[in-house]
Amino acid sequence: MDRRPILRRRALPALLLAALLAACSGGDDEAGGAGETGAAGETGATDGGETAAATGPITIWYSNNEQEIAWGEAVVEAWNAEHPDEQVTAQEIPAGQSSEEVITASITAGNTPCLIYNTAPAAVPQFQRQGGLVALNEFEGGTEYVNERVGEDRVGQYMSPDGNLYQMPWKTNPSMIFYNKALFEEAGLDPEDPPLSTYSEFLETSQTLVDEGGARAAIWPSPASQFFQSWFDFYPLFIANSGGQQLVEDGEPQFASEAGMEVAEFWAQMYERGLSPREEAQGDSFAEGQAAMSIVGPWAVAVYSDVDWGVVPVPTPDGMPLEETYTFSDNKSVGLYSSCENRGTAWEFLKFSTSEENDGLLLQETGQMPMRVDLTETYADYFEANPEYETFADQAARTVEVPNVANSIEMWQEFRDAWSESVIFGEAEPEAALTEAAETISGLVGE
Amino acid sequence: MAALAPDAGVKPRRRLLGKHPIGLLFAGPYLIYWLLLFAYPLGFAVYMSFRDYFFAAPGAQVDRPFVGLENYIRLIGDDDVHRAALNVVIFIVINVPLTVALGLILATALNTAIPGRTFFRVSFYLPYVSASVAVVAVWLYLFNGSGLVSNLLGSLAPDPPFLINSAWAMPIIALFATWKQLGFYVLVYLAALQNIPGELYEAASVDGAGTIRKFWSVTVPGVRPATTLVVILATIVGANFFTEPYLLTGGGGPNGASISPVLLMYRQGIEQGNPGYAAAIGVTLAIIVMGLSLLNRFLLDEE
Repeated sequence: MDRRPILRRRALPALLLAALLAACSGGDDEAGGAGETGAAGETGATDGGETAAATGPITIWYSNNEQEIAWGEAVVEAWNAEHPDEQVTAQEIPAGQSSEEVITASITAGNTPCLIYNTAPAAVPQFQRQGGLVALNEFEGGTEYVNERVGEDRVGQYMSPDGNLYQMPWKTNPSMIFYNKALFEEAGLDPEDPPLSTYSEFLETSQTLVDEGGARAAIWPSPASQFFQSWFDFYPLFIANSGGQQLVEDGEPQFASEAGMEVAEFWAQMYERGLSPREEAQGDSFAEGQAAMSIVGPWAVAVYSDVDWGVVPVPTPDGMPLEETYTFSDNKSVGLYSSCENRGTAWEFLKFSTSEENDGLLLQETGQMPMRVDLTETYADYFEANPEYETFADQAARTVEVPNVANSIEMWQEFRDAWSESVIFGEAEPEAALTEAAETISGLVGE
Repeated sequence: MAALAPDAGVKPRRRLLGKHPIGLLFAGPYLIYWLLLFAYPLGFAVYMSFRDYFFAAPGAQVDRPFVGLENYIRLIGDDDVHRAALNVVIFIVINVPLTVALGLILATALNTAIPGRTFFRVSFYLPYVSASVAVVAVWLYLFNGSGLVSNLLGSLAPDPPFLINSAWAMPIIALFATWKQLGFYVLVYLAALQNIPGELYEAASVDGAGTIRKFWSVTVPGVRPATTLVVILATIVGANFFTEPYLLTGGGGPNGASISPVLLMYRQGIEQGNPGYAAAIGVTLAIIVMGLSLLNRFLLDEE
């Protein structure tokens, strides 16, 4: 049987259907969907009108780790007991490949909760572009509250290019070098004062750990190519070496500098000498004693309670005391989302959950540092009772965030690809690869 | 003429609703499902691919300008897309022949009265019904630098190890997918084998054919329609691989050597907020897969 006529007969309606569907789906940008709630502007919702004052029940999402759930439940219970007409319903963020993916889908569907605890600052520019976030400075006293809690000098890092603040910097996990004292001792190194301050000391110590100790790796950052992995190898060391620079400042990439190249050369040596494996670790390399060191925040204290650990600042070429060292903040923020109807309640609950008392509870439950000025003075009793957190608290005063720029995630992916190719796998010269990435990124953030 | 009048009224209706209108009722739910979950998203993807599109909150006033073929032109010059396309070719070249050969051989073996037949049938099917995340973990332990396979191979093991070796990452992914899916294809072949009349084997035996001759001259032609199906399905699955590079090689590593078109779509569309470009990759992939499937059918289907 000749097929061509059948194909033609079938292809025509299929093409017509496709054209019809394409036509039907067109024009939504002109008309706009039927917004359930307040208007969302092109660069995020800055509606400070009726919805900003509306009160009533709200829903929030928090992360799914055990300690944060305990904190969230306690805070919600305390609020609900006092606010019968403004009840808060809390749930864990729905499962997905990543929180950012879930939130992106939720913004598009218009069903985000009022508040999401654990909004990544790197994703804020994208959520803002989607019209998913509400500017906190639009609330009465909003700017003053955030400045007072976080510190005016630090808030600047979280401001969006349009001059609005779409996130409440909530908690920080300043990146430091965590080390396993037993493995250091086994390798004949002083576990109380290990030579890890300069790059040459760090390399030598790492070599000793692998040669003489029982560890397979000195330090094992993930070599995977996801965009965020550079926050846990390159970025803390770059921030320290550059005296607190962001990856991009004033639209210009900063990493193709001498400071950035020194960091790249340092890591390239770690990989080349086999001190950091090019393979992904199976399981938790630090907990299982496969790696003697790890770049972590204070969350690690509770997680590695079985390990006899020590903590030092990230290394720099010539060494730097803790009180002068800057590092990556690994901050998570709270976002107030534009599909929220009762924004008045959401704002009040946001203030309640980030009050001195509830920040103290967060510290107590999770060991993570609230993004708050005078942390060590405010919670002096806690740090006296838990001295293991004090070094992290000290470091928390000098943290640097990812830059709040357009195409933020695309920028980090571009950087990561160049880093993988040159520093991890040695298939290109770090200087050439990072310089080329800087040129591409310059175009991306300028869009 | 009076006798013709009722017929004249029936014919247009019959032309519209068919001889048995109730059939539409039965087909209706699936048609609605197909329109909503397949045709509409596909049409929308085509629409997005011609625009600088991004996902926005309902009611947000955003500009998604028409950019013509810009996304498609970008795709032609994108090194990541080139690498992903090459990886699809590597994947299909390894996966499809291996799936057909192993599927047919194993199904033939399982179709004969061997001891423990049920056990083997279940064993081959088990990876197919297991969660990818769980079985990927097993493969990671097998193929990493200190894993079982590398240890068994000793000095013959590749350096760098399999999963971070740009020459080995894709073949390992293709082997993993073959192993994971094989149970399903064995089942397809088993069903096809049941349809080969026993008389053909008896006649071949009378003509003096041995086991291998019967396999080539009776079994292989007898399961030809199943082979067409297996090749088409394996090609479609092969072109859409995602979980393997996402989990097995740390997001398409080493250094992008195992990136796949769907992983690129995920990165661009979901992570980086460029769904217009991701849609262009998706539409191109769909056209290529349709072309390959038609080619397979043309080459394999006798009718």
